[in-house]
Amino acid sequence: MRSALSTLEVATPRDLAHALRLLHDSLATERLVPLAGGTDLLVYLNAGQQVGRRFLNLWGLRELRGIREARGGVTLGALTTFTMIREHPLVRRCLPALAAAAAVIGAWQVQNRATIAGNIANGSPAGDSLPVLLAHEAVVHARSMRGGRDIPFGTLYRGYRDLVLEPDELITAVTVPFPPARAFPFFRKVGTRRAQSISKVVLCGLVRVARGGEVDLARVALGSVAPVTLRARRAERALLGARPSATATAAARAALMEDIAPIDDIRSDAAYRRAVAGNVLEQFLRAADARFTMG
Amino acid sequence: MTARVASARRPRTIRRPASVGVSVPKIEGRDKVTGRALYVDDLAVPGVLHGRTVRSIVPRGRIRRIVLDPGFDWSGVVVADHRDIPGKNACAHIEEDQPLLAADEIRHADEPIVLVAHQDPERAEAAVRAVHVEVEPLEPVLTIEDALAKKALLYGDDNVFKEIRIARGELAAGFAAADVVVEGTYRCGHQEQLYIENNGMIAERTADGGLLVRGSLQCPYYVHHALMVAFGLPADKVRVVQTVTGGGFGGKEDYPSMIGGHAALLAWKSGRPVKIVYDRLEDIAATTKRHPALMRVRAGVKRDGTLTAWDMDIVMDGGAYVTLSPVVLSRGALHAGGPYRCPNVAIHARVVATNTPPNGAFRGFGAPQTQFAAECHMDRIAGALGMDPLALRRRNAYRIGDVTPTGHVLRESVGAHEALERTAKRADFAAKRRRFARANAAAAEAERAGRRAGAGVSGLAPGARARGASSGGAGRGSSGGRRLRRGIGLALGWHGAGFTGSGEVRLASTAALDLTADGRPRVLSANTEIGQGALTVFAQMVAERLGVPPAFVEINASDTGQVPNSGPTVASRTTMVVGGLLEQCASGMRERLELFAERPLADAADFRRVARRFLRERGPLRIERRYQKPPEISWDDAAYRGDAYGVYSYAAIAVEVEVDLDTGEVTVLGATTAQEIGRAIHPVLCAGQIEGGTLQGLGYALLEEVRWKDGRIWNHQLTNYIIPTSMDAPPIHVEIVEIPYSHGPFGAKGVGELPMDVPAPAVVAAIAHATGVRVDEIPVTPERLLAALARGGAR
Repeated sequence: MRSALSTLEVATPRDLAHALRLLHDSLATERLVPLAGGTDLLVYLNAGQQVGRRFLNLWGLRELRGIREARGGVTLGALTTFTMIREHPLVRRCLPALAAAAAVIGAWQVQNRATIAGNIANGSPAGDSLPVLLAHEAVVHARSMRGGRDIPFGTLYRGYRDLVLEPDELITAVTVPFPPARAFPFFRKVGTRRAQSISKVVLCGLVRVARGGEVDLARVALGSVAPVTLRARRAERALLGARPSATATAAARAALMEDIAPIDDIRSDAAYRRAVAGNVLEQFLRAADARFTMG
Repeated sequence: MTARVASARRPRTIRRPASVGVSVPKIEGRDKVTGRALYVDDLAVPGVLHGRTVRSIVPRGRIRRIVLDPGFDWSGVVVADHRDIPGKNACAHIEEDQPLLAADEIRHADEPIVLVAHQDPERAEAAVRAVHVEVEPLEPVLTIEDALAKKALLYGDDNVFKEIRIARGELAAGFAAADVVVEGTYRCGHQEQLYIENNGMIAERTADGGLLVRGSLQCPYYVHHALMVAFGLPADKVRVVQTVTGGGFGGKEDYPSMIGGHAALLAWKSGRPVKIVYDRLEDIAATTKRHPALMRVRAGVKRDGTLTAWDMDIVMDGGAYVTLSPVVLSRGALHAGGPYRCPNVAIHARVVATNTPPNGAFRGFGAPQTQFAAECHMDRIAGALGMDPLALRRRNAYRIGDVTPTGHVLRESVGAHEALERTAKRADFAAKRRRFARANAAAAEAERAGRRAGAGVSGLAPGARARGASSGGAGRGSSGGRRLRRGIGLALGWHGAGFTGSGEVRLASTAALDLTADGRPRVLSANTEIGQGALTVFAQMVAERLGVPPAFVEINASDTGQVPNSGPTVASRTTMVVGGLLEQCASGMRERLELFAERPLADAADFRRVARRFLRERGPLRIERRYQKPPEISWDDAAYRGDAYGVYSYAAIAVEVEVDLDTGEVTVLGATTAQEIGRAIHPVLCAGQIEGGTLQGLGYALLEEVRWKDGRIWNHQLTNYIIPTSMDAPPIHVEIVEIPYSHGPFGAKGVGELPMDVPAPAVVAAIAHATGVRVDEIPVTPERLLAALARGGAR
């Protein structure tokens, strides 16, 4: 542990109201850094990186933990772990992409501690659950002493690890709508190995071919290909209204290349990410409808 | 775990021994499982200071000034630099060119410059950041190519630490006799040993003016020697003791001399005990790695596959100092032709200096690199001839009476063909090769026709994903539109057991057996338990000769104050060489006690009765044996001719892979390996070595890549230096083949390094079978493979 643990302070609130007050009060001096499962923060601390000196330990706040059915979707409490998500029958049945993402984050030990809000707040563009939340048009519920508000997930990130949350706000829950009827859900993580892996490319998609034979719903969200998790709007536009065909696939792929801005980094390189983002988009489309491969 | 043991030529008349060949419980297993075993960082030492190391952040430069931040509270902090070293500023290995602490010149990133210590580890950590080293950076040499091009001169007049030439026959005649000439260039990267326990040592001054150093290590007498040089102390004033060690793989062969020297220097200066335990980041950044290698092969072959000429050029990257590079190069060169008969051979090997941390020992010690090239080349030859890769190897693999490139006549225990045939049979190699090729062609056809892909690999369930893998499809179909191809590849390898050439003669190892006060036999050796089971195997062999159970045998700690120098725990030598000495000690002890008792010893209780009476009437009993070279073995180091090793072990492996054409990800579906090791003293431990080595080899082939940024290791965390997890480990089918070696104890040869030699080329061959694309550089990362697929298209 390269950080000096003896210099760190941890405040443990009784309940959410107490947590919000402690957070609010801390702004006058040094802001408390919210600490949930700790699966990101502890890694930073071990490496001696500066992530703050004072922490707000949210782990014990039961009211922020759990999954309940909301109208047309599920609401995940902020502290819901990926193990809970992975194992939840309703999530498995109605949000298979979310269940799939939860099952490939870290490994079981990490999934037992890591929380959905932690993944959101950490804000890494490689966060595996984020493309799922984006493609499903999830809504983040935030609260402060001033009250609560709902933030569409698509507007949550201003830039690299930069969230629109105010310093006194905590994420309390996230609501994930079920995919629209007859939409084909897809999730794929391309990582460095089969477990304990961070994404090189991660894609979540929803696509639907209407009875008339043209695509009437297309959502494509990707991680690890830009400073933020992003919706591939150009690729979506290329698909909408098109009839499934190899031509439509090629057009979507070409448009996707305009959507993404991958870089070379410690895990992979830009050329690989471009090629794989395109290939996985194609995999998604042909898995959804074989006509996407036909001339 | 069970291991299938096949004995090729087991004499039928000998009774099944009681200890040898039986998988008895591992001696230290219970303590490790229950947490009773204390590793170096678990040891509480009263008054201990925690040492930390200030390192260079540039790969090459001149130290201008070292400033201790005047704003920092230095009270209670011990600071040491090169001027505090009482003896020679050297970390003595083969040469003494590597300083313990850089004095003026910095030759690699993360080179140690200043040491600090404090009783509070957080204060020690803060003190590191308060030492400012002002450096004038110099242009570094970071690659083999730049070293050969003499971008800067780092060593001698050509940057070459060591050059070896091996020649046999007439190369020109060999190529003239060839029908086909095949050329190839191959490259291997660094590899980190990644033992579970990081490097760590504790040092203290002793009352008699000497040093006691304890820690995680493989070779206590190496540390002992290095400390004598650095502190100018006589042998009897330095004591080195191994603590319970969590893995080594060669990574604790030479580096403990460095960290032990550092801890000792801080202890010497402060008069307090000092503990230095690296965290993972420092361990990966600063300690030794496997040597990268660049290799070119040109081979001549007849239409029927008979090798006529083998011309090979090898260049390894030694890093900044000589350390163990000459011997790594030697082993690499000696294994470079693979286990194949060839009358005309030229091998030219060099190891060069670069401004990177010194590379060192890692399981296989140069042989995995050169055999990667040799086996990839055999596959390339098979492709060029349109010949089955198994048939090509059958035609050329060594048999008894064949001669190696150095002129070693293989007289006995040559298991190349047995390993090859058993592997091919158990893996169903020929049938799978045909089946996968058909299925791949059908899948490609289905994809072209626009049918739902993924299901195209007909009859082959995409079971690789069934375990909830790192990439899972969440579509309605489980195979989710994947474009997958399967392949199977084969490799054959060999590995000389024991030190190279006249190394064992120079070592002249001594091991001993004595009697404890309560009348039990006690093993005295400097060899170390590093997870491989050395102590259990020693106990088994001694027990076998004494006619007692292995648990009756005591093992003395590996403590230079108490045990003779039986040499380092390296080079697959421990069982064969040191075990052999102990077997002789045990025979000698039994003879002495039976002469004394004037009757045979019956069992353990009887042994103890006789031993106690001996101790009372005759005094202590200690039997010591020193290594004696078998008379028929000879080696000429100047000419590089003769018997490079007493004997070789042989391994073959078949690896099945599934390649995702969209991502370049390779999933290893299974590995089947037969390894001929003379005699398995402990079959389960042998199988454990083989399984572990195989997985390490698969990581080497596919995942493990050291990435560099500005001359420093960039990915020095477990999250970005990627080794296989249990999820990445395929089923590994192990078959042990036994062809006893007459000079090995109970017929045993070496097994520790052998399994590392074969997985990587088999993976490359399997990928080539699956995709038609041959990648000549490992690791075959998805990035590398996808680029290669784009260039030379998958079928």
